[in-house]
Amino acid sequence: MSSTDNAAVTQRGVDTVERAAASPDVQQPWAELGLKADEYQRIRDILDRRPTSAELAMYSVMWSEHCSYKSSKVHLRQFGAKQPVTDALLVGIGENAGVVDIGDGWAVTFKVESHNHPSFIEPYQGAATGVGGIVRDILAMGARPLAVMDSLRFGAPEHPDTSRIVGGVVAGVGGYGNCLGLPNIGGEAVFDSCYQGNPLVNALCVGAMRHEDIHLAKASGVGNLVVLYGARTGGDGIGGVSVLASETFDATGPAKRPAVQVGDPFMEKLLIECTLQMFKEHLVEGIQDLGGAGLSCATSELASNGDGGMRVHLEKVPLRDATLSPEEIIMSESQERMMAVVHPDNIDRVMQICAHWDVTATVVGEVTDGSNLQVFWHDELIVDVPPRTVAHDGPVYERPYHRPAWLDARQADEPTAQRCPRPTSAAEFSEHILRLMSSANLCDREWLTSQYDRYVLGNTVAAMPHDSGVVRIDEASGRGIAVSLDCNGRFGALDPYAGAQLALSEAYRNVAVSGATPLAVTDCLNFGSPEDPEVMWQFAEAVRGLADACLTLGTPVTGGNVSLYNQTAQTAIHPTPVVGVLGVIDDVRSRITMHGARYGDSILLIGRTREEFAGGEWAHVLHGHLGGTAPVVDLAAEMALAKVVREHSPLITSAHDLSDGGLAVALAELVLRNDYGVSVSLSDTEADGFTMLFSESVARAVVTVAAQDVDAVRAACELAGLPSALLGVVSEERSLVIDTDAGRIAISREELAAGWSSALPAIMA
Amino acid sequence: MARIVVTVMLKPEILDPQGTAVRGALTRLGLTGVADVRQGKRFVIDLEGSLDADREALLTKLAGELLANPVIEDYSLQVEA
Repeated sequence: MSSTDNAAVTQRGVDTVERAAASPDVQQPWAELGLKADEYQRIRDILDRRPTSAELAMYSVMWSEHCSYKSSKVHLRQFGAKQPVTDALLVGIGENAGVVDIGDGWAVTFKVESHNHPSFIEPYQGAATGVGGIVRDILAMGARPLAVMDSLRFGAPEHPDTSRIVGGVVAGVGGYGNCLGLPNIGGEAVFDSCYQGNPLVNALCVGAMRHEDIHLAKASGVGNLVVLYGARTGGDGIGGVSVLASETFDATGPAKRPAVQVGDPFMEKLLIECTLQMFKEHLVEGIQDLGGAGLSCATSELASNGDGGMRVHLEKVPLRDATLSPEEIIMSESQERMMAVVHPDNIDRVMQICAHWDVTATVVGEVTDGSNLQVFWHDELIVDVPPRTVAHDGPVYERPYHRPAWLDARQADEPTAQRCPRPTSAAEFSEHILRLMSSANLCDREWLTSQYDRYVLGNTVAAMPHDSGVVRIDEASGRGIAVSLDCNGRFGALDPYAGAQLALSEAYRNVAVSGATPLAVTDCLNFGSPEDPEVMWQFAEAVRGLADACLTLGTPVTGGNVSLYNQTAQTAIHPTPVVGVLGVIDDVRSRITMHGARYGDSILLIGRTREEFAGGEWAHVLHGHLGGTAPVVDLAAEMALAKVVREHSPLITSAHDLSDGGLAVALAELVLRNDYGVSVSLSDTEADGFTMLFSESVARAVVTVAAQDVDAVRAACELAGLPSALLGVVSEERSLVIDTDAGRIAISREELAAGWSSALPAIMA
Repeated sequence: MARIVVTVMLKPEILDPQGTAVRGALTRLGLTGVADVRQGKRFVIDLEGSLDADREALLTKLAGELLANPVIEDYSLQVEA
């Protein structure tokens, strides 16, 4: 249907390269497209003429912060410079996603990406297309997508707009993932007023393949064909480019508005199967998914990573809306599309496979022996650019940054006993524990996670509420992976360097207590405006912290995403570097869960507890306090803990990491999530009852072991330099009993569960 | 008695996966020349008494807040006898 309709558009006249060369003085809407004056001048210098409107569209979107990383690039280089030496990394930063060797010829690829701003405007579709986008990134590496995870941040629970966003985002994540048939194996949901006008939706996907199946985004081989397949192209996400349409053409077309991207998970499923079959038959030379910046991104990246040029005939792109202008087609962010480079000998088979899966496929261009990316609209040349200048050689900013003056005051504001009164009697302790357990960030996630299919595909070994998601990769050997996604933005607000390391520390610990060996990292760095030097400092510090910690832990950053401008008016979100850690388990049957304890097992606390409440849940929930020094980062202890747990996994009947809310919350969760109680005493521990229960010191876990194995595990801890304490036993009576220096705390499971399970439904009511 | 019919349709530029699926099915079932299918919602609201300006204004407002999602959908009200 498109060719005749497109002809009508042509008659209105397009801005060709020839016309651009002849009319250097035409005013162009570069400022409306978000370009700076010097950036526009640089485009003119590169091309030695003014850009055509289509070229201007491409440069403006590819040089945007989102696509070019122009503010973050100088800092992100540290992930390469400080990359730990590891044999596990097969493909590093720069491709669609990093690839990690997990042994036995298996490779795993994983990545986390943000879809924050679209999710505020249209929560359901914003979140759904966030999932769809990251799944295509994983697919483009040659892997079969296996599971997704999501890290979500919303505004204050009591705010009237929060339930709209939570409901839409959770339904969107679930709707897309469930329809696609991918299990959602974990993640986090955090409420804090700093995210009120700017929720965070970070989606992670993990996929697996054999080593020989790794595919890269490059267009090589003169004469090879460029195939666009998947959904038809519509006006999704073309927002800003409408300016060009109205500039170039008479206002005869329909009113163009910034169109929300709508996802179609059933089309994505077809795309996955169709693409995997092409891989299996070795029909693809290079491949790229179409996400942000659509065809602009796919064509320029494929061409610049290859060894020649590329010619694209834009009028061949199948359209959903025949009135789209060439500028809009090249910018459209319509979902569920892929671009493959195929040898002419294989093209018939590729088209056959697409037809089999009912996927529209069109040869839209070819690889040339030239050096430029050339785009034609019918017979007119509308883009003629060196692809690297679009995709990789965008502007790079050394933005000024400085430590915020207010930070000293914030760090000096410790949650001391005077500033934040502490519980002194057993009754007050009980009350504080109950208030924590029914708070928005610690309460039961069932309302949310029950909307996600956690077990589809049948390889999910552990999902929410476990500390990490565990998936079986090889059904014969039981080889599998564990993934965890974590962050505490309040730590970032106190100290972004430590905050990023603490996020990594927690994710690493979650993977380790599942019995897995942590291998690699992906990150989604959510920050405010880079044009604010104080935000830029937070970003720089977080990257430095994460890179340093990854080097120490031996887990390289394999890829990820940066999301800036997360702020409402002048107020930026807390620095929120969400970190995903991937680990490998030789046999998922030997994993450690939160559920394996038996009556009479001993409960051990492993790790050092310091007086650390700043940024923690207790100070937040009980006092609304944010100040002081973030917990000490102790990566050596984190590694020692991981080693002890892994090497003694046959003895450990259950394990649970200590993080948000500390020991009190970890013990309460054991009672809530199991059919036993815990009875412990803090009399033999290194600190007072309050510190033991509510401190959020790192590198700690609660493990249960049979009574006869206590000495062996404690000896291993001592050898590793980790303190351990025998707290008590797993009891048949289903209650939480803690003897402290303030007396006995005794809370029945019913009391704990009442507020814990009703809190989230109450927010959504 | 007043009857108001509210029609809610996805905006023309928004992808309609259900409509696309119906189009595919119609073609598969033998209908030739199906160019496009768009799927929407229709609300039939019966009010007691007559429709005064205040109620109509409120209903118009609520249609945009409750019945339709104006970010991705258009809606129209039609008053029937």
